[in-house]
Amino acid sequence: MEMKNASAGTLESGDIMIQIAPTDKEGLQIDLTSSVADQFGKQIRKVITETLEGLGIDKADVKAVDKGALDCTIRARVTAAAVRATGKDVWK
Amino acid sequence: MRNTKVVSLEEAIRRSGLKDGMTISFHHHFRGGDKVVNLVVAKLAEMGFKNLHLAASSLSDVHAPLIEHIRNGVITKISTSGLRGELANEISHGLMEEPVVFRSHGGRGSAIASGELHIDVAFLGASSCDELGNASGCPRSENAKSICGSLGYALPDARYADHVVILTDDLVAYPNVPKSISACDVESVVVVDSVGDSSKISSGAIRDSKNPRDILLAQQAAKVIINSGYFKDGFSIQTGTGGASLAAVKFIRESMIEKGIKASFALGGITAHMVKLHEEGLIGRLIDVQSFDKVAAESIAHDQLHQEVSSVEYASAEHEGSAVHALDIVILSALEVDVNFNVNVLVGSDGIIRGAIGGHPDTAEDSALSIIVCPLLRGRIPCVVPKVTTLITPGKGVDVVVTEYGIAVNPLRPEIAGRLKAAGLKVVDIHDLAAKATSIIGEPDALPFGDKVVGIVMDRHGKVLDQIRNIVK
Repeated sequence: MEMKNASAGTLESGDIMIQIAPTDKEGLQIDLTSSVADQFGKQIRKVITETLEGLGIDKADVKAVDKGALDCTIRARVTAAAVRATGKDVWK
Repeated sequence: MRNTKVVSLEEAIRRSGLKDGMTISFHHHFRGGDKVVNLVVAKLAEMGFKNLHLAASSLSDVHAPLIEHIRNGVITKISTSGLRGELANEISHGLMEEPVVFRSHGGRGSAIASGELHIDVAFLGASSCDELGNASGCPRSENAKSICGSLGYALPDARYADHVVILTDDLVAYPNVPKSISACDVESVVVVDSVGDSSKISSGAIRDSKNPRDILLAQQAAKVIINSGYFKDGFSIQTGTGGASLAAVKFIRESMIEKGIKASFALGGITAHMVKLHEEGLIGRLIDVQSFDKVAAESIAHDQLHQEVSSVEYASAEHEGSAVHALDIVILSALEVDVNFNVNVLVGSDGIIRGAIGGHPDTAEDSALSIIVCPLLRGRIPCVVPKVTTLITPGKGVDVVVTEYGIAVNPLRPEIAGRLKAAGLKVVDIHDLAAKATSIIGEPDALPFGDKVVGIVMDRHGKVLDQIRNIVK
């Protein structure tokens, strides 16, 4: 899928900042920094992966800086970043 | 007058007879603005002391320079009520060979009075002191540079330590009265540029909240108090430093005025909120172990009915005369509460030490009604959990937990649950609150604790309550 650099979210407590960039490598490369990495790191990676795959994105560099966001917030930020990166509006 | 007590810090240390391996103590009345601990320990390091036990009433972010002194072997043991910031982070990762000993304020007072915690040399900061050693946390001259109000946590040290050094940034003419610390307990007086930055006293734990969730929690807490059966003329109250418990005071005030109810006293860390109610005639006396902001410190300097107490008089379990025994209602905060009403206020849900025991277990156990106010979640961190990370306040002393998803009442207090239900409040089972939290955030993975014990939690009666292990990174 054609893609450019894009981001969504903030560094506020309870939010997550998602940056998506095109890559030559296969698969999703997720670089996660989280204030709750020990307890929820796996779960956050899973939500990011599932959300992107659900939008048909299986190849991208993803940088995520999490400040304790809930799953619904993570899905919303990942979706917004993906829409900005691909130009494909999933909400229409 | 022949003056032999006023000397340099180095001379005071030499005179004290301090030796390697001994115990030194400090108070934390300047909280985030404290300058005494870093100043004295740097001097002790320079003089070549090793293997010292630092017994402070509490430590905070500002004490990060202690990390180097621990690495260099100057400090090898710490006793405190709390740890915050980089020092807490390093210790949580295993910086020290000996575990830090954590006590509540009442527990520390009792341990000092009984001799279990023996202090060789106390280094106590004071905002004014005369050349004989009469010391106060209140300013007494035009040259005053600082103010911290009550010296309640320093009073057991002054009374029971073998040797007492007062550090002051305002040496005044004798007699410096009213005094908190008597010249008869003081061996040396050291004049320094600054004992503390008073503007930072209300930093750290204390927040004045505009957060709508805190305000909702405060309203609920106030309703619990008003309908608890303990809200009647002559009641007494203490509040913690959490945003919600401070905001609750505002709602209680409105109800006191409306119903014509007055409080006999407010206890503990005294804030500007309590001073206001006192000055309005709604609270008879302020019993102050620690002035939590500048307004409280200024009030204790001028108001006879605003009385300083030592940590022993405040919260000792071993002294029947301590004030907590006369306390009706206390509002407290929590990092975590579990389904057995146990509370943790010391170790974060990431396993890193990030708080202080304070008077939490003392007031919860001895008050007639203890109310914990906390949100169900802080970000993705649950506050109502199946089991607390570290046990600080045992659940048998915790009566009510107020969250934005409902109010849980300890099954040991069915009469309170009955009164709250009758008043139309949403009383829920605490297991349902924990389940609700899990349903929103999922099941957290276990924390990567190691095998090294980095902290020991003492209960207020002097027994080991829990251990804190290192976090592996």
